Amino acid sequence: MAEYKLNTPLTDDDIEQLKAGDVVFLTGTIHSARDAAHKKLFDLLDAGKELPFDLEGAAIYYVGPSPAPPGRPIGAAGPTTSYRMDTYAPRLHSLGMKASIGKGKRNDEVKAAMKEHKGVYFGATGGAGALLSNSIVESTVIAFDELGPEAVRAMKVKDFPLLVINDCHGGELYVKPDLDAAL
Amino acid sequence: MREIQAAEVVEAVARMCVRANTELPQDVRNKLEQARTEETSPSAKEVLRQLLENADLSKETKLPLCQDCGLAVFYVEVGDDCRVVGGNLRELINEGVRKGYDEGFLRKSACDPLTRANTGDGTPAVIHFDMVPGDKLTISYMAKGGGAENMSRVTMLAPAQGWEGIKEFVIKRVAEAGPNPCPPTIIGVGIGGTFEHAAKIAKRGLLRKLDDTHTDPEIAAKEKELEDAINRLGIGPMGLGGKTTVLSVKISMEPCHLASLPLAVNVQCHSQRHEEVVL
Repeated sequence: MAEYKLNTPLTDDDIEQLKAGDVVFLTGTIHSARDAAHKKLFDLLDAGKELPFDLEGAAIYYVGPSPAPPGRPIGAAGPTTSYRMDTYAPRLHSLGMKASIGKGKRNDEVKAAMKEHKGVYFGATGGAGALLSNSIVESTVIAFDELGPEAVRAMKVKDFPLLVINDCHGGELYVKPDLDAAL
Repeated sequence: MREIQAAEVVEAVARMCVRANTELPQDVRNKLEQARTEETSPSAKEVLRQLLENADLSKETKLPLCQDCGLAVFYVEVGDDCRVVGGNLRELINEGVRKGYDEGFLRKSACDPLTRANTGDGTPAVIHFDMVPGDKLTISYMAKGGGAENMSRVTMLAPAQGWEGIKEFVIKRVAEAGPNPCPPTIIGVGIGGTFEHAAKIAKRGLLRKLDDTHTDPEIAAKEKELEDAINRLGIGPMGLGGKTTVLSVKISMEPCHLASLPLAVNVQCHSQRHEEVVL
């Protein structure tokens, strides 16, 4: 298992070298979007309108942070469960998104899209929201402010600690539960 | 009749919301530390290390342990010989939630189920009331995160399926949930009652200390049996593999209808945030 330091926007070369299990420290700008924001992004796409951020080489973080207390750029900011965005991820990969960041399983359509468009799925540690916020140096709401915690934010990250869960070669890190041993 | 002032309730609830979301209970911490010692896989050890560091950081900075500060769930026991003066108890609890979630910079996660519009203040809380003997008011609070709650299920088994059927359903549920609910999890199992009661008692079980032992030795043995079986799944911390898939299994059992065997599995993430106050 290798360790990489990568910067946004991510390129095909960045993605192709990654294998499930690799550790990545990501620096640059990532964008937060979860359920409600994805729906609104798709409304814009369907209407032929421009998105609030450039998808080319983008990393989307499935997160709804807690409010920033005084003196900090953001509150706790760990990942939410990714499968709820499975319905959206393939199209975003086809439009240039390189990475999604979350926790939990992805479906076969998302995995196929990552293979086809050279994408990667990163896991961040769920329930480590306070710790992960330490790697976010700046956060600005850039769209859908009315969604509150679900608004789209541009987040400047420095060495954001990630784990490659699904790579673009079909590799997956999550273990298959051993039902035979359990039952 | 002992009187409890409205402001006391509001303050106590607000304090509980903030404290539970920023201080991991000691019993949960102990379990995570124990798991970190017992795990041999480097990724499992690393996840547990991060969770413990997160707990330290949260306590120090008062940032919430998790950005999902939960839907506020309460189990309230009202003593027959006490009464709250100066307000309606349900409304006072909601007032405490508003205050705590606002002052503690906690995320407000309550929304309209269809329009998805956020209610804006973390309310309404889900409150289960019970009447008990005595003159005390006991309020238990749980910050129930959405990721783990989504992995929970209720089913109505046929009585013939018995304990074996219960075991199989619980194990398969945890297996299917895999990494999604932020393992290592705590599993609340409600057996009996009715469709809704099974779910209510399954969740109530999550309020127990992780290191306690069920008062009924037979149920205690079943909890251990389930815990060992689930840990053989090998899902491990965050689904990366390992010995620790659950930290604890808590079974709550009550009589049911002759025709039924209701079963509820309430999944709780490792960030088991709860508090209790007795007024």
